[in-house]
Amino acid sequence: MFRYYAKLGLLSIRANPALSALMVAAIAIGIGACMTIVTVRHVMADNPIEHKNERLFHVQLDNWNPNDPYDEPNEPPEQVTYLDATALLEAGRAQRQVISFKSSRVIQPDGDEARPFQEVLRATSADFFAMFDVPFRYGSGWDAAADRGEERVAVLSSAMNDRLYGGEDSTGRLLMMNNEPFRILGVLDDWHPVPTFYDLNNNPFQGPEQIYAPFSTAVAGEWGSTGNNSCWKPPEEGGYEGYLASECVWIQMWVELPDESGKAAYAQFLDDYVTEQKQLGRFPRELNNRLSTPGEWMIDREVVDETVGVLLALSVLFLLVCLLNTIGLLLAKVIRRSNDISLRRALGANRAELFRQYIVEAGMIGVAGGLAGIGMTWLGLRGIENVFAGYDFIEHLVTMDWQMVGLAVVLAIVSALGAALYPTWRACRVSPATTLRIQ
Amino acid sequence: MDTGPIWRAMLRNKAGFVLIALQIAVTLTIMVNAFGIIQERAGKIDRDSGLDEANTFALASVLYADYEREQRMALIDEDLDLIRRLPGVVNAVASNSFPLRQGGWSMGLQLEPGNLGPESVSTAIYFVDEHGAETFDVEVVDGRNFTAGEITWSDPEDNTWPAYGLITGALADELWPDDPGPYVGRTVFINVTDPVNVVGVIDKLQAPWESWSGVEKSMLVPQRRPSEFVRYIVRTEAGMRDELMPEVESLLADSNEDRIIRDVTTMDETRKLAYVGDAALIKILSFVVLLLTVITALGIVGLASFNVSRRTRQIGIRRALGASRPAIVRYFMVENSIVSAIGLAIGAALAIGLNIVMVEAFSLEPLAWYVIPAGMIALWLVGQAAVAGPARRASRIPPALATRQT
Repeated sequence: MFRYYAKLGLLSIRANPALSALMVAAIAIGIGACMTIVTVRHVMADNPIEHKNERLFHVQLDNWNPNDPYDEPNEPPEQVTYLDATALLEAGRAQRQVISFKSSRVIQPDGDEARPFQEVLRATSADFFAMFDVPFRYGSGWDAAADRGEERVAVLSSAMNDRLYGGEDSTGRLLMMNNEPFRILGVLDDWHPVPTFYDLNNNPFQGPEQIYAPFSTAVAGEWGSTGNNSCWKPPEEGGYEGYLASECVWIQMWVELPDESGKAAYAQFLDDYVTEQKQLGRFPRELNNRLSTPGEWMIDREVVDETVGVLLALSVLFLLVCLLNTIGLLLAKVIRRSNDISLRRALGANRAELFRQYIVEAGMIGVAGGLAGIGMTWLGLRGIENVFAGYDFIEHLVTMDWQMVGLAVVLAIVSALGAALYPTWRACRVSPATTLRIQ
Repeated sequence: MDTGPIWRAMLRNKAGFVLIALQIAVTLTIMVNAFGIIQERAGKIDRDSGLDEANTFALASVLYADYEREQRMALIDEDLDLIRRLPGVVNAVASNSFPLRQGGWSMGLQLEPGNLGPESVSTAIYFVDEHGAETFDVEVVDGRNFTAGEITWSDPEDNTWPAYGLITGALADELWPDDPGPYVGRTVFINVTDPVNVVGVIDKLQAPWESWSGVEKSMLVPQRRPSEFVRYIVRTEAGMRDELMPEVESLLADSNEDRIIRDVTTMDETRKLAYVGDAALIKILSFVVLLLTVITALGIVGLASFNVSRRTRQIGIRRALGASRPAIVRYFMVENSIVSAIGLAIGAALAIGLNIVMVEAFSLEPLAWYVIPAGMIALWLVGQAAVAGPARRASRIPPALATRQT
């Protein structure tokens, strides 16, 4: 029976090509507008470390100004001080702990032709790679001994390895940065977490850094942070030493804990640590430490721009207009076919059968709209890419995955069926007698 | 024309008209709210940064050899000397940032010494020498510019803040809201205990962050910083920028091998990059409004065409009974006006509702009073234009049709 209804539906669609095209186009445009925004939002809100979300925690300690919270109403700073980062790393109470910051160096490639260039890099402690499941193509990261020894070692991203060494296994080679040689220990495999959950400051959609070096080495070399740096009072002493001893926050800290009880134990440890520091005259505010999972942290930091929320609301309304349009057109079609319908009713078709027939027809229009809607979404994303030309990270935000393609089709069919309900109901109500009488 | 019969005819077939009215209502809702956002963003983009943007560019020098502090100071002096002596250069300065750059330095100021409290006022900081004011094209509206003698080099071993400052009028107004000028000679405190004497008030200089609510607050600080990373801002005579930009770049690149020159960019490019998001939103929303209007117009055309074909016989009868062609056209126009009026009334209410929700949820500005009436008129005109085609077709139905059996 389904095949017969499908055939009838196809005939009816062909009978009114302009009207049918308009319906498919309206659904497609509505779906396209909606799915474009949904896709961008989906990418922005993605949690690249979902599989470890329950075990990773971002650490916040409230070392801020007694007179004024870091952020209203009583938010602790997003980052931690050098004093606390190194003390907590040293304590080693979590399964793994990572302290890191963004810096930059001038890279001097081998060969006389190649020109030096400045590159943003990440200064981090050894656990970074294991904690965030960073894949390696060649070699490996460094160990805690390298951290302790302030060794000049580095890990490159695959893209940086392609750029500097043509993609070959560069482990063991020396990379010159600011006239200092760094031994390459490893090259990453493709790794593009978007957003860069481990550091949501500045622009989290830019993609990860291309070079990694030990935190301790960076501090020994007095590298500055190119990320955010906030102080509620000036350092008491001058120079880099004074900066390290200050209450300025500029380091991101993460810990890996086995389970809920591990989290509770670590939270207690943090409270004890801060209480102990209070004895030294630090931490003038009330205890206000936080442990947030990557998912919680991304919501907390409002990774998804609120403009996307506005656009999402408008695009849903847009889809509604397109559907109202489709309902109107379907209704026009049904009323025009009242004669056919009453004839079929007179010949014995019952309402359920008519309902099935028209729903199949509407479903076909929905599928067509959905397929065209995927194309429209693709066009919409290209449009977004185009109007955002200049943001070099925009390409990361305008990619469709299968999840989104599937959602587009489902949304289209649900929309088309939803739009078809009322007109179909109207069709079923046509009584066998009325229209025949006019004839 | 008597609207009574038209209205009663519509009531006999409500569904189609209700759908169109709803479509018009939602279209108006989206249209005016989108327009409100477009207006807000366009206003943001139009703000003046204070700089002579058309004739200003910037570049950065990144030193990667191990230079002593004195060597770095000497290099900055040499660079600025080279740039300022070029014909066509109005002035140049080394600073930590510039308006629209999106990255910079901010500090809290307060009227009494002590830890920052909730009453402290944040400001952007630009470290400059006495050439800063001319390079940034700011006018000292009260007081005076820095003198050469007031300019110091920052000392890593000494955190004391420079004792002088030039502040924007917007910053002064926020510091002393109840005590208007003259501001020159007043003292504010920075870094807990360091006093800053206001030597002058400048007309306009935006902070580097265009999206910051305090974007008009900035302070020029008479200090130079001998760091490895130095930004030069260069202001040229009218029309000389494009010629001088590559010249300055190669001049600096050639003068010293221990550094790289990067981020060579005009203020026009910087502005474009700073407002890419706003400009994109304007384009997206304009496109959405356009598309939506087209879809709604097509819906109106569709329904009207359907009505015309359904009423072919009745129209023929009216024509046979003496109705003129303009009368038939008028019938459909009035019918559309009624549907539009209902849709637009519902839409105006929905639009206000959505605007209230969006103002609450997304910190948007409320709509200007005239946006909704303007949108209503625009959509009514679109409806009339859309119905005109089918109405004209209806008017061409020959009276003879009435006599034929369908």
